[in-house]
Amino acid sequence: MSQAATTAGAAPAASVATSEQYNYAIIKRFAIAAILWGVFGMAAGVWIASQLAFPFLNFDIAQITFGRFRPVHTSAVIFGFGGNALFATSYYIVQRTCQTRLWSDSMASFTFYGWNLALILGVITYMMGITQGREYAEFNWQIDIIILVVWVAYFMVFLMTLLRRNQPHIYVANWFFMAFILATALLHIFNNIQVPVGLFHPHSYSIFSGVQDAMTQWWYGHNAVGFFLTAAFLGMMYYFVPKQAGRPIYSYKLSIIHFWALVFLYMWVGAHHLHWTALPDWVSTLAATFSILLLLPSWGGMINGIMTLSGAWDKLRTDPIMLFLITALAFYGMSTFEGPMMSLKSVNALSHYTDWTVGHVHSGALGWVAMITFGSLYHLIPRLWNVNLFSLKLVYVHFFLATIGIVLYITAMWVAGIGQGLMLRAFDQYGNLAYTFTESVVFLHKPYVVRAIGGGFFLAGMLIMAFNIAMTVRSGIKAEAREAQAASAEARTA
Amino acid sequence: MMGLWEWITDMGNSKIVALLLFMSTFIGVVIFLFSNRRRAQKFETYRYIPLDDDDSHREPVARRDKTESDEQ
Repeated sequence: MSQAATTAGAAPAASVATSEQYNYAIIKRFAIAAILWGVFGMAAGVWIASQLAFPFLNFDIAQITFGRFRPVHTSAVIFGFGGNALFATSYYIVQRTCQTRLWSDSMASFTFYGWNLALILGVITYMMGITQGREYAEFNWQIDIIILVVWVAYFMVFLMTLLRRNQPHIYVANWFFMAFILATALLHIFNNIQVPVGLFHPHSYSIFSGVQDAMTQWWYGHNAVGFFLTAAFLGMMYYFVPKQAGRPIYSYKLSIIHFWALVFLYMWVGAHHLHWTALPDWVSTLAATFSILLLLPSWGGMINGIMTLSGAWDKLRTDPIMLFLITALAFYGMSTFEGPMMSLKSVNALSHYTDWTVGHVHSGALGWVAMITFGSLYHLIPRLWNVNLFSLKLVYVHFFLATIGIVLYITAMWVAGIGQGLMLRAFDQYGNLAYTFTESVVFLHKPYVVRAIGGGFFLAGMLIMAFNIAMTVRSGIKAEAREAQAASAEARTA
Repeated sequence: MMGLWEWITDMGNSKIVALLLFMSTFIGVVIFLFSNRRRAQKFETYRYIPLDDDDSHREPVARRDKTESDEQ
């Protein structure tokens, strides 16, 4: 096994100094929260996927029906698993690359409690049927305000840490994190401009209406993908891929071009979610054009990440964490090819309103976002507790379960989506619809079963990771206690 | 001059203004990166930043380019 994969890195004495120099306590909390939310959110996902295949699983309980549980799943995995992992890794990376401690320990703690409180309130209110009805922004207006306050605190902590850095240059990973923080603030504010029904009333009305409301929703929705689920995780990639490989990133100049091209292009593409609607045609065409252009920076970034291993490809044979990171980049490349293709109006006419979209989202979310997060957390957690990972074999098992799960998921959704699209567009010789809607639902049953099985594989991998991390943390805590005991015994003897 | 300002602030021209603004800034970034060889080389030294503070992953000194922090 590769030494880099198995060891926490620094010697114990150096590590004590490191944990004093940097605020690791907050990173530990966010990392553990990410794993807990991951288990919960993915379990919720498998549950609702199973409900679509076997509707009796609703059990006539309103709180767990698909309509209420779906935003529980999306919020738990995007903001719970992904969000907590981003807080953890951004706080780690900004401290390590700026060689300075986080600006304010108390404000960083506030971001942890505030963020997770908002998410828990979100889960409870969704299950009660309280929702804003905006995809990926279903939180009601009071929770939106909590998120806003937390986000301003996060921005302050990150910015002030950058300003007091000891390293003259701001490493490119931090640029991606800064773009993610600023863009998310912008998106959250403008997408949630609402008129509340009353001060103590959970419901509110959007200030926008009609096609403008749809436009705002998808400007938010796709940029949440672009800046929350892409730019921020690229920040993760630009630090953890070189770190795990023990080699610098392939090209720093390419990373700068990647960054600027990505931030200039992403903001324009949201309207491709609204092809063939009341949206003006030029807006649709503009969004499709920018979507195609996005392929260039996306693949530039993917090549930059993968080529970091140039000359050291053997690491893929010996290091399962590297497998996670490089496979994530491969899925990033695949889904950023599929996305622009689906944004073409002619392809979209077939794919939209079908499960192909769901499959595309999950090839990005599971293949790119979750895989890069798994790799990063496997690298990060042993270093935070200064211990070796409990089991590398379990990391391999996790990797193969996750990969099989993703492949099952996305192939099932390709079959479901393309089949569904073709059935809904088929006409007989008289110009009548060739299939009824019910026939298309019957056709979907088998792909839905395969999708639920794929999700089950992915969840099983997540549970194995949770066990592996729990055992790693446990041994870290035990080692810390032993060291403290030895130190106090030494002090008594002296 | 006033006419130009009015043209820029006219919302009907916002697409062209945005295109000119973003395109020229992006081209400026690319020119900035590649126009000066020394600057381009200096940028490449920054890729070692993540490896600078962890002993287990530090490459042998002889194989590393000089970083900005080394020069200071």
